[in-house]
Amino acid sequence: MATPTKPSNVNGVDQPYYVPDQSKFPALASLGMGLMVFGLGSMLNDMKADVSSTVSSMMAVLGFAVLGTVLFNWFATQIRENHEGLPGPQLKRSYVLGMYWFIFSEVMFFAAFFGSLYYVRNFSVPWLAGEGDKGVSNMLWEGFQGSWPVISNPNPTLFTNPNESMAWRGFGEALHYLPLWNTILLLSSSVTVHIAHTALKSGNRKQLIGWLGATVLLGIVFLFLQVEEYAEAYSELGLTLNSGIYGSTFFLLTGFHGFHVTLGAFMLGVMWFRALRGHFKPEDHFGFEAASWYWHFVDVVWVGLFCFVYLL
Amino acid sequence: MLPSLSIKPTPAVHSGRLRTLAAGFALMFASPALLAEWGINMTEGVTALSAETFSLHMLIFWICVAIGVLVYGVLIYSMIAYRKSKGAVPATFNHNTTAEIIWTVIPFLILIGMAVPSTRVLTQIYDSSDSDLDIMVTGYQWRWQYRYLADDGAEVTFFSNLATPPEQYENYEGSLAAEKGENYLLEVDEPLVIPAGKKVRFLLTSADVIHSWWVPDFSVKKDAIPGFVNESWVRVEQPGLYRGQCTELCGRLHGFMPIVVEVKEQADFDAWYAERQAAAQRISDAATQTFTMEQLMAQGQTVYNTYCMACHQANGQGLPPAFPALTGSAIATGPAADHINIVLNGKQGTAMAAFGTQLSAVDIASVITFERNALGNSVGDMVQPVDIVQAQAQ
Amino acid sequence: MATGHAEHHHGPATGFTRWLYTTNHKDIGSMYLWFSFAMFLLGGVFALVIRAELFQPGLQFVDPNFFNQMTTMHGLVMVFGAVMPAFVGLANWMIPMMIGAPDMALPRMNNWSFWILPFAFTMLASTLFMEGGAPNFGWTFYAPLSTTYAPASVTFFIFAVHIMGASSIMGSINIIATIQNLRAPGMTYMKMPLFVWTWLITAYLLIAVMPVLAGVVTMMLFDIHFGTSFFSAAGGGDPVLFQHVFWFFGHPEVYIMILPAFGVVSEIIPTFSRKKLFGYDSMVYATSSIAFLSFIVWAHHMFTTGMPLAGELFFMYATMLIAVPTGVKVFNWITTMFRGSISFETPMLFAIAFVVLFTCGGFTGLMLAIAPADFQYHDTYFVVAHFHYVLVPGAVFSIMAAAYYWLPKWTGNMYDETLGKVHFWLSFVGINVLFFPQHFLGLSGMPRRIPDYALQFADFNMISSVGAFLFGFSQLLFMFIVLKTVMGGKKATAQVWEGAEGLEWTLPSPAPYHTFSTPPTVK
Ligand code: HEA
Ligand code: HEA
Ligand code: HEC
Ligand code: CUA
Ligand SMILES: [Cu+2]
Repeated sequence: MATPTKPSNVNGVDQPYYVPDQSKFPALASLGMGLMVFGLGSMLNDMKADVSSTVSSMMAVLGFAVLGTVLFNWFATQIRENHEGLPGPQLKRSYVLGMYWFIFSEVMFFAAFFGSLYYVRNFSVPWLAGEGDKGVSNMLWEGFQGSWPVISNPNPTLFTNPNESMAWRGFGEALHYLPLWNTILLLSSSVTVHIAHTALKSGNRKQLIGWLGATVLLGIVFLFLQVEEYAEAYSELGLTLNSGIYGSTFFLLTGFHGFHVTLGAFMLGVMWFRALRGHFKPEDHFGFEAASWYWHFVDVVWVGLFCFVYLL
Repeated sequence: MLPSLSIKPTPAVHSGRLRTLAAGFALMFASPALLAEWGINMTEGVTALSAETFSLHMLIFWICVAIGVLVYGVLIYSMIAYRKSKGAVPATFNHNTTAEIIWTVIPFLILIGMAVPSTRVLTQIYDSSDSDLDIMVTGYQWRWQYRYLADDGAEVTFFSNLATPPEQYENYEGSLAAEKGENYLLEVDEPLVIPAGKKVRFLLTSADVIHSWWVPDFSVKKDAIPGFVNESWVRVEQPGLYRGQCTELCGRLHGFMPIVVEVKEQADFDAWYAERQAAAQRISDAATQTFTMEQLMAQGQTVYNTYCMACHQANGQGLPPAFPALTGSAIATGPAADHINIVLNGKQGTAMAAFGTQLSAVDIASVITFERNALGNSVGDMVQPVDIVQAQAQ
Repeated sequence: MATGHAEHHHGPATGFTRWLYTTNHKDIGSMYLWFSFAMFLLGGVFALVIRAELFQPGLQFVDPNFFNQMTTMHGLVMVFGAVMPAFVGLANWMIPMMIGAPDMALPRMNNWSFWILPFAFTMLASTLFMEGGAPNFGWTFYAPLSTTYAPASVTFFIFAVHIMGASSIMGSINIIATIQNLRAPGMTYMKMPLFVWTWLITAYLLIAVMPVLAGVVTMMLFDIHFGTSFFSAAGGGDPVLFQHVFWFFGHPEVYIMILPAFGVVSEIIPTFSRKKLFGYDSMVYATSSIAFLSFIVWAHHMFTTGMPLAGELFFMYATMLIAVPTGVKVFNWITTMFRGSISFETPMLFAIAFVVLFTCGGFTGLMLAIAPADFQYHDTYFVVAHFHYVLVPGAVFSIMAAAYYWLPKWTGNMYDETLGKVHFWLSFVGINVLFFPQHFLGLSGMPRRIPDYALQFADFNMISSVGAFLFGFSQLLFMFIVLKTVMGGKKATAQVWEGAEGLEWTLPSPAPYHTFSTPPTVK
């Protein structure tokens, strides 16, 4: 691929725009994406039909590999172009805007799940339990008590009851309450990443590397604890994806959050390597900033989760 | 009986096409009564609320027509008066605060004028309290079940199935297989029967997917949602037959689950109800009797055609892979116990429903016997109602 | 560092890779437009299957299950494949030219947004050939018909929606970044052409609701494959929850399909009236109000689900309110024509038809908003008539108007005006024969999504089907006209239309491959 160059002089006039040359990345990324989801879809359908086919999983893996490789090279190119000073300040503003709106779209994704949680807690579960405007529904589920968390499902043969929920267990248990630790971890990681940012802005690379590394570590510990929590849920509390609406909302909200933490930690990890390599300048470090915004976003979502999924 | 059909069937399929067409174009100018007769407008219906809904509909319609006349009038006037070809010279104005305020405020006021009666009617529709009779309506793929909730425990429950035979609607070979009847697709084997002049409350739910219960003449349309109960109600003064359809996409035969409601005078209703209770008794008594092969096969054929044919097809070949064939199927030709089990309990996660809660022991025994000895199968054994009762007891 | 590489004065690369690897907004715009036209034909063919089956009572050609697949695929392909990409294509072509930018803000991502679509739709269309058949639960895919009772292909449907959503989100991020960041000096927000404004607001809507759609299909995926119970009462969930989340996306979605159309019409009417757009400011505010209101009206699609009375009333009032800002727009267009100097070239004909027929569809929308009356209208052909009036002579006509309006700028050639007019009149007559009788069908009680119907509906169905074939085949003429214009024809001037205003008309026709590499200054 031809190295993108800056058409700094067109028709004899200087101009500030940078338009990249042709690129193979987008088409290949689409191919990877297409293969990946087609493979994943086939895998899920195979699983459901109780057959196994290597074609499906190979397709998914191949697609994932293509997509991953492309994205890696894409970002690498982006970074190289940046080193070469190709994007002007205007293009950098576009990146900033792009990141803002991307994060906003993620907020809306979580909003769908938070909204659903709100709905089931305030409408459908009470209705099924005989309260409110559609309380007659209870005639179909005699004996169903609608307290939140739902420990006893309307139909326990279809959706097995959990033994216990993840709700706050009182101050006596606080020390053993993993979500509380996770909150502390994530909140402090937001602080550390902020300190790293300040360090970067004042040109202190050592501190940057140290604090950023600490942030990534905190993220990893968070994930580790979450895995621990899930293991406990499955093996001891009997709380699974199949335990009715409480398990459904619990695992999807915390699961997608955990997935985003993974992404965020990965992004920060990449930034850490780039920091090691001396990529960032005090006045120009958009990659770092984007990752740290993302991290703050993930953190804010967690605070929401902690309140609405665990405490209230 | 006086069938009161607001939607008038045209006698032959396409006669009167011109007439309807003409009526169509006359919509803007015709009077409401005429509109209803030609089948191009909403029915006024037969209840107080359906009449109110109808006037609400006409009110909004005429308001829209009026606004339309105004808006289109100015548009057409401009198109004619300010043509360039006629040498029109463009004016230069592009702003007029007064005009803009006026055409923001006036529509707003008009909307308030619409909202007031709408709110009133809606509030009435939502008031289902103080009913005289409660009926549970349950949607199934693809039939309705009606259960009269009686205080004395002697409930009456039955299914209401499409009565139009497939010969009338399956025209795949190009020729009309059979002449379509007058109430083509809007007829059922057993209509819902309610007393005239009484407030009847419907409790709607579903056994599988979402259905929606609609009788235009009652202006009642309410979704039947699995796991939840919705309420609606009706008070019909005029005895007669009223027809409607399922209006929520519910799978393959969504277009084939009509609703027929028969409104009877209270005395007739009572007689009908007593007869229904007695019949229910007879059916449950029959569960202890023993039947001959002929009896079982004959009854089995009827049950099969009504309840199973939609999926497993008339010849038992099914529609694989969605609906398996019964001809030669391992279950239908294997041990009777498995066969009974799947029909009684269905199969979770598939379209095969649990018929144990829907059909009587006699019907289940007959249909199983039928499936084992017809449709190309010839196992030779018989399943009696007692077998079903025993299986259910376990 | 003034390394003025020669290849940068270049035009496009040649061959297929020009399109595959392009980063040029015009190329990407063209691909979007062609893709959308292909999808329009595909979705149209599905519609013709529907109309053929409904020509007469009785089941003539297809099994009811296949009919449901046709209805579903028709809706999905038209909405996500035809209308949305067409507007994105127009945005790609026109927004940079209208605001004086050299290209879109993030050109590589722009190409990614496009190339996802062929994969998504190939996957979706391939379900037609799968065991168990394509999705058959309607484009609104209500649970549990789309979960517990769905064919296996639903999994592919879900993933197709996921990646389409990714495409839309990237596309709209690009559009927002372009508009916020790449406007030429002097091009303040309140000087932007209305097409740019409406797209800016549409892009906000997209970013806000596509993730919600992704969320709801994800919940479906988990209900189907991982045993959760979001939409099952047996586990404490609710099928109606699905509808709330879906329509939270779905209602703004329908405005996503109409706001850019408003923009297009607001460009065309002033041009051919030779008069400035009346009430520019109020147009901007009206568009914003519509967008805002679109977030709080979603449950008007759910009046019959038995929501509590307070909910019904709230959603009824909020929905009715939308008539006010929409009315402002209609009045502004008409006042623009009032005392103008009007000529009737093809784009103008389509634009006027848009105003007339969209308003018609808006009126029926308002009728549907009246909850008690909606109990009678809901899920009948009255609704089908409503939304086709706003979508076909609404959105689709505006796209055609835009195509005629800007074709000379795109290709450098004038289209054949006589053929254009023929195409317009065939479409105009066809569409009304097709959809007007459906009002009567709905009012007299014909439910939607049925392959067969009672006899009293026979006449109007027959008329409607005739209209469908007339309208459908007229679109082949459109394809012919466009191809003919691309190949040659009378050369267009830069100005093209005497009354046109805006930066795009300062460029030569055809617009050079790279434009505004130096920003123009707007006074
Ligand atoms: C481009 C797409 C589009 C647009 C613009 C609209 C516009 C509107 N729609 Fe429509 N709608 C759809 C696409 C669209 N709709 C689709 C696809 C469905 C069906 C989905 C499905 O179920 O498959 C649907 C369904 C639908 C329903 C649900 C019906 C049902 O299922 O029972 C309702 C109910 O309120 C509704 C209302 C409205 C209203 C009030 C408007 C308003 O925005 C209209 C406003 C415009 C005007 C009113 C005209 C101009 C105004 C004036 C001239 C001013 C003066 C007027 C007055 C004061 C009356 N729509
Ligand atoms: C923008 C969206 C859009 C557009 C443009 C259309 C266009 C058309 N729609 Fe639309 N329709 C929807 C969106 C749209 N529709 C939606 C959302 C639904 C609801 C789905 C649901 O219920 O889930 C629906 C449902 C729907 C129904 C109801 C189905 C049912 O309830 O069962 C019907 C029935 O008449 C119908 C008809 C048509 C027709 C005849 C056209 C015509 O305008 C189409 C005209 C175009 C053509 C006919 C193409 C021309 C092609 C050729 C001539 C062949 C050439 C071939 C090659 C080159 C290979 N549509
Ligand atoms: C709505 C569709 C539907 C209807 C109606 C229906 N079935 Fe089924 N039936 C199915 C499906 C789907 C299966 C396959 C279940 C599975 O995957 O094992 C099935 C399986 C069966 C089987 C087992 C066949 C085999 O070998 O796997 C029998 C026996 C059967 N049905 C009998 C009946 C009877 C009797 C009736 C009517 C009283 C009936 N079915 C009505 C859908 C239906
Ligand atoms: Cu039941 Cu549609
Ligand atoms: Cu809507």
